[in-house]
Amino acid sequence: MNMDEVMNMSNNQADALRILAVFPHPDDESFVAAGTLAKYIAGGAQVTFACLTLGEMGRNMGIPPFANRVTLPGIRKRELEDSCRAIGIQDLRMLGFHDKMIEFEDQELLDGTILDMLLELKPSIVITFYPGYSVHPDHDATGAAVVRTIGRLPAEERPVVLCSAFSSNHEQMIGKADVTVDVTAFLSSKMASIQSHRSQFQAAELVGSRVLTDEEIRSRYGIEQFWTYRFS
Amino acid sequence: MQPIQPQHIQSRINELSGRELYLHLELTSGAYANHLDSSRHSASAFISNAVIRYTQGSISGTGPYRVGLKTEQGWIYAEGLTHIDEQDTQRLILAGHDSMGKLVIALQLSLEAF
Repeated sequence: MNMDEVMNMSNNQADALRILAVFPHPDDESFVAAGTLAKYIAGGAQVTFACLTLGEMGRNMGIPPFANRVTLPGIRKRELEDSCRAIGIQDLRMLGFHDKMIEFEDQELLDGTILDMLLELKPSIVITFYPGYSVHPDHDATGAAVVRTIGRLPAEERPVVLCSAFSSNHEQMIGKADVTVDVTAFLSSKMASIQSHRSQFQAAELVGSRVLTDEEIRSRYGIEQFWTYRFS
Repeated sequence: MQPIQPQHIQSRINELSGRELYLHLELTSGAYANHLDSSRHSASAFISNAVIRYTQGSISGTGPYRVGLKTEQGWIYAEGLTHIDEQDTQRLILAGHDSMGKLVIALQLSLEAF
């Protein structure tokens, strides 16, 4: 399935396509969905990014380090705003939850916050992490809160939920991604989004230890893939 | 962040001795340690805004540095400290960064809550 087919199966055909992205950390949007979001914003979509935390417990502090535990939240907030501008996201919401603590958060508060956004925005598509297959406990807990909340809606009111997964066993457990988006035409927005996260993007595990060639950028970042969450 | 000058840290520790302070203490391998290298064990701990008072404190080692603070009821210890935020003159913001710049340990003291 490609993204156009997802749009066709989403239940809200009126006006602009509305997409709600829910991730816990600044920079999740860059690596998971920046190209997809930029592509559909270019086609007229309205995007809200609900970022649960400011990533204030992150370990990357720049090379050499220019941030610390006290200054990191403010730095990452500005990076997040820059990233959203690079992608073209119209509505950024910083929800103020504490980094690393999503799995321990009051579920009623968390789910209620997500439900309020769903009722207000009525998105056709929600993008989040696949619970259980997204490595970081905050990723799993965020995806779990999103699918728990949407699962309580009547089936006919549920948006399409597209999940990102990258744990080492994810394909064995949930198969191959069923939605692939070619974002090569939007790589300049995506790379600008990634590089907005100046305190983070130098991390070798994210971008490697050297400047990538255009071909390497295309092969590494040119395709974004998602699993449509199946509510049983 | 600037590399630690131990004599300077010692004078900052002395200034805060005997006062009621808020402590942030943290040690972390990072949440991705095991995902990136299955031989590694992901482990982290932090405590934020614990209220403490120490009667004696010092910095030691040749870098990375250790700090030990003797409190009224016990001890506070941090090993692996490399950097200080020199711009923050009210609070003592110490951290240990690895060769990739990543934070491994943080020891922070403040008269007001973080």
